[in-house]
Amino acid sequence: MEEIVLNSGDTSWILASTALVLLMTPGLAFFYGGMVRAKSVLNMMMMSMVTIGVVSVIWVIYGFELAFGYKANSPWYGNISFSGLGGMVNDFTNNGGLYPIPVLVFAAFQLMFAILTPALISGAIADRTKFISWGIFVAIWSTLVYFPVAHWVFAFGNKVGDTVTGTGYLAGKGVQDFAGGTAVHINAGAAGLALAIVLGKRVGWRKEAMRPHSLPLVMLGAGLLWFGWFGFNAGSALAANGTAALALINTQVAAAGALLGWLIVEKIRNGHATSLGAASGAVTGLVAITPACAFVAPWAAVVIGVLAGGICALAVSIKYALNFDDSLDVVAVHLVGGIVGSLAIGLFGSSAVNSVGLDGLFYGGGTALLGKQALGVGLVLAYSFIATLIIGFAIEKTIGFRVKKDAEVEGIDYTEHAESAYELTSSSRGGSLL
Amino acid sequence: MKLITAILKPFKLDEVKDALQVAGVTGMTVSEASGFGRQRGHTEVYRGAEYTVDLVPKVRLEVIVDDQDAAAIVDVIVKAASTGAIGDGKVWTTPVDSIIRVRTGERGSEAI
Repeated sequence: MEEIVLNSGDTSWILASTALVLLMTPGLAFFYGGMVRAKSVLNMMMMSMVTIGVVSVIWVIYGFELAFGYKANSPWYGNISFSGLGGMVNDFTNNGGLYPIPVLVFAAFQLMFAILTPALISGAIADRTKFISWGIFVAIWSTLVYFPVAHWVFAFGNKVGDTVTGTGYLAGKGVQDFAGGTAVHINAGAAGLALAIVLGKRVGWRKEAMRPHSLPLVMLGAGLLWFGWFGFNAGSALAANGTAALALINTQVAAAGALLGWLIVEKIRNGHATSLGAASGAVTGLVAITPACAFVAPWAAVVIGVLAGGICALAVSIKYALNFDDSLDVVAVHLVGGIVGSLAIGLFGSSAVNSVGLDGLFYGGGTALLGKQALGVGLVLAYSFIATLIIGFAIEKTIGFRVKKDAEVEGIDYTEHAESAYELTSSSRGGSLL
Repeated sequence: MKLITAILKPFKLDEVKDALQVAGVTGMTVSEASGFGRQRGHTEVYRGAEYTVDLVPKVRLEVIVDDQDAAAIVDVIVKAASTGAIGDGKVWTTPVDSIIRVRTGERGSEAI
């Protein structure tokens, strides 16, 4: 067997990508934080920040093994082991074959995805979630939903010679998801829908104005997300090579196309192109291109972006039609955006741009790939929605998932965290240290 | 003495303030206010959802003047604040019983 030697170029890029993807979670905190009212911005940001804490700790204890372990040789979960990552210090990554990067870099890179995914859910239940219950939910949901689903999608098995063990179910079926359209976005979107149903509507929803309190914060968050997304998508090549380059350019042009797509829909429908629309549009493009970024040509990435921006802008009205308070549109942006991107591979997929890719409908590949993509979309959506409903109701019936009505009206920043985000007047708070 | 209270469009504050200083007014109090009159509020759209904003930002300006100056000062404010468009605001006067300068203890017209 040929000996694998560490490739410093590949390793450097994944190290850098890991840091880029981490930045997306604080970026998301700004993106979401700006969209809520001034009385709940700190709680909104804390829901993202505490996810970094909870998921990092459980990842090192058992999460990585549960998602990417192979010893159980199961298509549904990795390996149940509490050994932590200590025994792997000098190993290389083996995920469908050996990569010349340390497995610890891979573990750290994948950790950032595991952090971001539950953080995305928090937008669906803004302004009203008990903080302790959210922390417990993140731990349970990661264990029962994210780690297994990541295994289905991202675990290509441990390859020794011609023997591969522990391949995930969807990976084994040939479902294409380069960086997490199903495992991250559809997963988070379906979970957001489930939790919006479990927690119910905010007090005053559709009766009083719930305007975003700071659109500049939303813009800052969208910028940080866009920046970090280059690591998310191009880093998923697990190498500094042509595939990473394709993923990177596709990420850029899809986000740009979606920014324009959303603005065009808004301009036609409401008469104004808004800053919130530009920020939301860019994010939907990034979501939609996530699964497809290494499987389609750049022109197709533009088309996917424009479509995603337009479709997601229209999808925002679903919550009003069906009467659920998905506060920050996690369903419209992540669930719908993830579905658009995952299915688009079945149309625009091209083996010419990626030797391990398959041809989609528009490249003469027929509907075979589209069928596989639909399987991935359907399975992840159904599992995430049902499992999250069960976890959500279990928490609601035991420790409670929602703050009291008075606390919600007074402002969750003060009642849950004993803080307020902004001190705008110099004389109104004549307090003392006691 | 009269208290003149004016509700103005915020961007008109500088012009009104300058006009009052030219007219010899030496002090005033300005605060931020919000409200609506006949123009009602305006509509904002976030991700396609329309919100009617009833309370529009305004500036509240207060000046105390001698009785004989009141009518002239009101005219100065109205002239400087007017744009002719809806939402220009209101000016009204109220009688004031007494006024004291805190530093010196002066009372009445001396304290204005």
